[in-house]
Amino acid sequence: MRYELVVNGTPREVDSSWLGESLLYVLRERLGLPGSKNACEQGECGSCSVLLDGRLVCACLVLAASAVGAEITTVEGLGGEGPEDLDPIQRAFVEAGAVQCGFCTPGLVVAVHDLLRRVPQPSEWEIREAISGNLCRCTGYGRILDAVQRAARAFAEQAVTR
Amino acid sequence: MTVTVARSVPEALQALAADPPPEVLAGGTDFMVEVNFARRRPEAILAVSRIDALGQWQQSDGQLRLGAGVTYTQLLEPPLAELAPALAQAARTVGSPQIRNAGTIGGNLVTASPAGDTLPVLLALDAEVELASAQGTRTLPLEAFLLGPKRCARRPDELLVAVRFPAPFGRQEFVKVGTRNAMVIAVASVCVVLDPGTGQVRIALGSVGPTPLRARAAEAYLAEQLVPQGTGPTATSAFELRDGDAALAEVRRLVAEAAQPIDDHRSSAAYRRHAVGVCVARALERLLRPAPGAALGEVAA
Repeated sequence: MRYELVVNGTPREVDSSWLGESLLYVLRERLGLPGSKNACEQGECGSCSVLLDGRLVCACLVLAASAVGAEITTVEGLGGEGPEDLDPIQRAFVEAGAVQCGFCTPGLVVAVHDLLRRVPQPSEWEIREAISGNLCRCTGYGRILDAVQRAARAFAEQAVTR
Repeated sequence: MTVTVARSVPEALQALAADPPPEVLAGGTDFMVEVNFARRRPEAILAVSRIDALGQWQQSDGQLRLGAGVTYTQLLEPPLAELAPALAQAARTVGSPQIRNAGTIGGNLVTASPAGDTLPVLLALDAEVELASAQGTRTLPLEAFLLGPKRCARRPDELLVAVRFPAPFGRQEFVKVGTRNAMVIAVASVCVVLDPGTGQVRIALGSVGPTPLRARAAEAYLAEQLVPQGTGPTATSAFELRDGDAALAEVRRLVAEAAQPIDDHRSSAAYRRHAVGVCVARALERLLRPAPGAALGEVAA
């Protein structure tokens, strides 16, 4: 059974897959996009966060075959290829030291994208609520909160200089 | 295995007329967990998350009709949050932003978990559900729809298309207890709806029985106890309890008595019984304060 998914603006064919596969599995195992991480497979950890038609969701809870015709954005679609092409949120995570083991980082970056697009200057409580579905077992979240505030400032400055 | 992605309700009903009917997949927040862990291996899936009409809602004649595909995120934002404030409070306690963006009110109803967060609210609002099939549409009161833990009255060939209840209606509070604030399944929850016009109260309990339960003895007792503060032109939507703190204690006792909790891995029955009393007391303390502006309280009478 064949179907096509539009991932990061590019149509991608999914072939010889079992139709019950989650979007997370298809992204990682069928389409070679390992940025979305696989941990809990039950929507608890947020490490597989993607945007589905602009909505932040857990890719592990999306039936891939039901996403035909939807726009899927993964962490790979946010920045460029190399360390020079990081988007402002990724850069803020690096600069704030918000990355330890790095496993939760892609999911957090996607969640923070969703937050800053909706709420460009979030309060600390808005940030905490926005990342409440993204578990990090290393950092204690302090530097992640720093990174989000840093990214919000970077976006604000970008908007001013434009 | 087959997957059908329906784009309209008629298309979905046609697919459900097959023998055997496909299994309905909405937001996936429960269904896909079972698939991922190989606890469910459907032969055929009907995905309804792309049916735009199911994500819409209408308000008319004092009734709100929510399409089954309305998400928790939709519920907690205005204008729905203003039309159904307790439903917004409940939606805000569900999962995380990711879960609230995917999970739907129809999914919460059909999954029929005793801990479903919107269920006590819908019960306290006397909600009705609309079930459609190729044979036609039927409407059931929520109490007749929810049959037991994870059991509801939907036939396999039916699609839950909408839920209806009065809105805006009275003053409403939802209170939930769990082990933390985010990503938590309820240990106990309570919804209290107070109609300032009639002084009637409805109390529904969540997570303390096989289905959400009405606490009818507590409702009857409260109806006797509520005294409006002030009369005539100085009347507010604030109420007092005739017997004050003693009345609050009696409501807690009656609510705890109405609960039918069990011991499980989330809580002991004894703690649930205690917690549900605490929840109702907190909800009442909030409701007995003067209404925050006329927005919600005054409309219903």
